[in-house]
Amino acid sequence: MTRVVIVDDHQMFRAGVRVELGDRVEVIGDAADVESAIELIRRTSPDVVLLDVHMPGGGGKAVLETVASTHPEVKFLALSVSDAAEDVISVIRAGARGYVTKTISGDELADAIRRVADGDAVFSPRLAGFVLDAFAGAADIPVVDPELDQLTNREREVLRLIARGYTYKELARRLDISVKTVETHVSAVLRKLQLSSRHELTRWATDRRLI
Amino acid sequence: MRSLPRPPLERGGDGALVAGVASGLARHLGVDPLKVRLAFVLLTIAGGSGLVLYGAFWFVLPRHRQESAVRSDPLQLWAMGALVVGGTLLAGELGVLGLGFVWPVLVVAAGLGIVWRQADESSRARWFGAVTDQRSHWMRIAGGTALLLAGVVGFLASNHELQAAREGLVATGVVVAGLALMLAPWWWQLVQDLSAERRERIRSQERSDLAAHLHDSVLQTLALIQRRADSPGEVQRLARSQERALRAWLYARRDEDGPRLTFASAVEAAAAEVETDHGLPVDVVTVGDCPLDDRLEAMVRAAREAMVNAAKFAQVDHADVFAEVDDRSATVFVRDTGVGFDPGAVPADRRGLADSVVGRMARHGGSATVRSAPGEGTEIELRVERVLT
Repeated sequence: MTRVVIVDDHQMFRAGVRVELGDRVEVIGDAADVESAIELIRRTSPDVVLLDVHMPGGGGKAVLETVASTHPEVKFLALSVSDAAEDVISVIRAGARGYVTKTISGDELADAIRRVADGDAVFSPRLAGFVLDAFAGAADIPVVDPELDQLTNREREVLRLIARGYTYKELARRLDISVKTVETHVSAVLRKLQLSSRHELTRWATDRRLI
Repeated sequence: MRSLPRPPLERGGDGALVAGVASGLARHLGVDPLKVRLAFVLLTIAGGSGLVLYGAFWFVLPRHRQESAVRSDPLQLWAMGALVVGGTLLAGELGVLGLGFVWPVLVVAAGLGIVWRQADESSRARWFGAVTDQRSHWMRIAGGTALLLAGVVGFLASNHELQAAREGLVATGVVVAGLALMLAPWWWQLVQDLSAERRERIRSQERSDLAAHLHDSVLQTLALIQRRADSPGEVQRLARSQERALRAWLYARRDEDGPRLTFASAVEAAAAEVETDHGLPVDVVTVGDCPLDDRLEAMVRAAREAMVNAAKFAQVDHADVFAEVDDRSATVFVRDTGVGFDPGAVPADRRGLADSVVGRMARHGGSATVRSAPGEGTEIELRVERVLT
């Protein structure tokens, strides 16, 4: 069974997620701040870490960056109520395999954890929207590496369907492709998001700087 | 006869030539500014009291408030110039000043004029929060000061008193430098304290804004939730609407010229309305944004109608809305995974979809596509091409 660690600074939320997940996964521990999370993950090396984007002491990004160097096999799924696009994107760029909002149902969350454990990417509608936004306006900006700096039409189509609320299965049926192919497209988008040095991404983040 | 209330006595505003005293007086008294100006000139010629009066008004009257931040009226420049040249030449003719003094005095007057007006303008810019061009500000001050110094030196030189003045100047300079050295730390401290105090004031202002906002929204909602704890549906509705409000407050893209209704925010608002009125949670994702125009507004209304339809007929616990806008077109998808229906055999009670969604989009030059089948959920796609200005 998938071994999961929950990292979130709200005790109530950690308890809630444990109950919601039930016995679909094995929750082996939880942590409330960056330091104890790093210690816990290094000690137990779980399959998947459910990671809050916003936490005191640097947030989920700090955990990711520290752990990724020593435990590259641990997978991270970001979980947040935050809708600040640049926070979400920066956690994904730091290495998280997906992003879901905290209003997700227990079934969907268990499904997302399984997907991440299998090495796939998990895109919620909101993340798909952020990514489309980040890669928008490709025509008029210089592209450094076309492999990484642009989405293909098919990838855009897949992201749009996710943003419209289609599950991977519904999406596969709609486009007449297999779920595996959908996962391939989504993983490719995730890779581009993480590796692209696209100047647009930084400009995009500053454009939307908060408050 | 009822007359309009008299405008307040202020200087400046439209039609100001020198400092706006005459035009301000004229506006207040309701007479032609030319008459006021003539009166000042006559009073000046007859004993000089016009000049004194003008100066006194300039000093005392508050500035006119509604004024364009930057104004460059060549007429005003000419008026100033004519006044200075005329005045000096007149003084020369009358023998008040020797002819040798005329040009130095002109140069000094020009320099003073530039520096004073700059001070006037920059304080105004501060009051109205306008952005001042720092470089041109300092260039003008430096230019004005240079003119001033040149005038003074010219004045002394024309009197052959430069030599005598130099010794006096050196002594004065030494005293001034000593004073400056003595007072500099104190002055620096004062400046630091002032800016620290200003920062602190801004910070506490922000804090109290935040506290006020949290009190009005979050705390009120929490209180309501406690009282409604026995009704899960109501609690969920309250929590969702509060989440939406707080998110909008935290992450809304703010424009400098105040809130502006945009396409994305209108879609979000429509979804929030449906959520409140019909109890159907709607998840909205938007990509891109633009100002709202008539066609987009019609599209948002059609999208709202589609959401209401989902709330009424689909028998689902949530709907998804995706809105995307780019340079060429805007699209909105409203999707539910509910019972669905056969679009070819629309029952009479679902005419709403045909009229208020499909019909409305057609009337505004857009299109609407309905994809649905019994048991398959419903997706409505709205689309308009954008009119680029």
